Amino acid sequence: MSEQPKGRVLVAKVGLDGHDRGVKVVARLLRDAGFEVVYTGLFQTPETVAAAAVDEDVDIVGLSMLSGAHMTLVPLVVEALRARGVDIPVVVGGIVPDHDVDELRAAGVAAVLTPGATADEIVATLTTLL
Amino acid sequence: MVSNRETWEAAFGAGPTRDVPFATMSGIPLDAVYGPDDGEFPGQFPYTRGPYASMYRSKLWTMRMFAGFGTADDTNLRFKEIIRAGGDGLSTAFDMPTLLGLDSDHPMSLGEVGRCGVAIDTVDDMADLYAGIDLGSITTSMTINSPAAVLLAMFVAQAERSGVHRSRLGGTLQNDILKEYQAQKEFVFPPRQSMRLVRDSIAFTAAEMPRWHSVSISGYHIREAGSTAVEELAFTLANGFAYVELAMQAGLPVDSFAPRLSFFFNAHIDFFEEIAKYRAARRIWARWMRDRYGAQLERSLQLRFHTQTAGVSLTAQQPEVNIVRTAIEALAGVLGGTQSLHTNSFDEALALPTEKAARIALRTQQVIAHETNVAHVADPLGGSWYVESLTDEVERQAEALFAEIEAMGGGSMLEGAIRGIEENWFQGRIADSAFELERGLNSGARIVVGVNACTEGNGEAAPPLLRITHDDERRQRERLAGVRAARDGAAVEAALARVSEIAADPEANLMPTLIDAVGVRASLGEIMGAMGTVFGRHVEVPTI
Repeated sequence: MSEQPKGRVLVAKVGLDGHDRGVKVVARLLRDAGFEVVYTGLFQTPETVAAAAVDEDVDIVGLSMLSGAHMTLVPLVVEALRARGVDIPVVVGGIVPDHDVDELRAAGVAAVLTPGATADEIVATLTTLL
Repeated sequence: MVSNRETWEAAFGAGPTRDVPFATMSGIPLDAVYGPDDGEFPGQFPYTRGPYASMYRSKLWTMRMFAGFGTADDTNLRFKEIIRAGGDGLSTAFDMPTLLGLDSDHPMSLGEVGRCGVAIDTVDDMADLYAGIDLGSITTSMTINSPAAVLLAMFVAQAERSGVHRSRLGGTLQNDILKEYQAQKEFVFPPRQSMRLVRDSIAFTAAEMPRWHSVSISGYHIREAGSTAVEELAFTLANGFAYVELAMQAGLPVDSFAPRLSFFFNAHIDFFEEIAKYRAARRIWARWMRDRYGAQLERSLQLRFHTQTAGVSLTAQQPEVNIVRTAIEALAGVLGGTQSLHTNSFDEALALPTEKAARIALRTQQVIAHETNVAHVADPLGGSWYVESLTDEVERQAEALFAEIEAMGGGSMLEGAIRGIEENWFQGRIADSAFELERGLNSGARIVVGVNACTEGNGEAAPPLLRITHDDERRQRERLAGVRAARDGAAVEAALARVSEIAADPEANLMPTLIDAVGVRASLGEIMGAMGTVFGRHVEVPTI
């Protein structure tokens, strides 16, 4: 799949949620699709994610959220990025009820990928954001 | 020469049986177990067919439903609803800050308080959590690991405050720290320091809490993180062997603590492989405990386990279909001889369950228990050429993994488990298996209804979901502030200093000091902090 457009993606776990199966699977899917992937590891704060995104000069930030804290933490990540003067799109993947999706988008999130999103959908969504 | 059947008949006859007709719907009377006279019977070494002679003839499995959200008061109400609906065991889910030993007012707790479970900061919350519930007749399980020793201390302190001596308390502490590093990832201290806390709680409960299960050795999270069934089985039992070696190294005779170790397995959707896994688990544990660790008490050899249906098998698409998946998985647990069972709610791929969804999940168990007659006959699949062959193969593959772990540890399963964590061996294998499963889904080799096949109806609106409000977080912070204001600050300072002092002495047992500290209302976060100054923190190297 080397003809895929290449971009740099930071995948991150923000907050206290240790569920890292999803983030690792998505990281490998993206890598296999030709993206360069940087993984922050667990227990990041909005500030450390934003700092890593700038330091690593990534094109997209992907947040994996399964603990229900997305409405609190995701907008803080967007704000932290904006505060650094960068406009890197933020994509959220994980357990996000329908009723929260619009609010996240209003807070500046570029896309929300919920359970069952296929590998093709994930790659296509990120590709359009490059 | 007495046949196995005669031995079994004597054991079976010595126990009670439930007062129901043991017959099919046509009236065909049913034996309690079937098999050749000289075959293995339930309750006979190596317990492939079940730990007890009578199995569900004397007592059905415990319908132990996992619950927890919001504040202790909120969860207490849900517990009472579960008991009213016929659940006979409680299992407590704690929120992320509690799982990581943080107070609700810690900056990292923002947005997480009461979301994935109940928030517990001090012994006062613990008292509210179980208020009005008779802990003498209902056993309770606490799903807590890194701060397990502190939560155990709170449980003991609140019970004794209400007049129940620790020796009378029955229940289970998950307290399985090894699988946290391998799979669940809610770790705080480095592995070896954490294992000291596990050692202390095993020694304390062995001496003072004869009805308490000190560790629930858990494959559930290993499977949820993506392992295969064989890896779940092998890693879990290897962790079990590690705890046995840990306690024996501390000088405890194996039969003094092994009867209070229990297990917790996943029930995934591959029906027969799951049943083979449970049968192999009992057989392996019995052999290793007798032959390698020299256990002699029967209860040290009998593997008893809790089962939870597979959260990862649930789909967000057409969520009602999850009721069917959960029923099939629950049936595998029952046919595999589980001692207790939690059934997931159909809406859990979307949010924490609503009360109605949780009730349907409990009803699923009740249908299996009371309508299907499957509980009449122990190990009903024993003797099936297929299931026996699969049981043997699962056991063989697990033994091959034990050999690898033992080699990593230079002959010690304890050392092998810890080095395997430090070298990312378990984590890497689990991630590889998770990715293989995902690849199968993407290629279409593995069909999941509603996800990559049979998708008509996927656009329908989601069912009503439970909503946790920020109000819960605010209320919990206020409550903690109230406790901090009302307690004796000097006593708390002294208790925390003592925690640090005892933590620094690797030979000492921390449990009595922890009970003293929670008693003066030191908070979970403060106590973990006091230990952390001595123990340090574990940081995982991020790997994809």
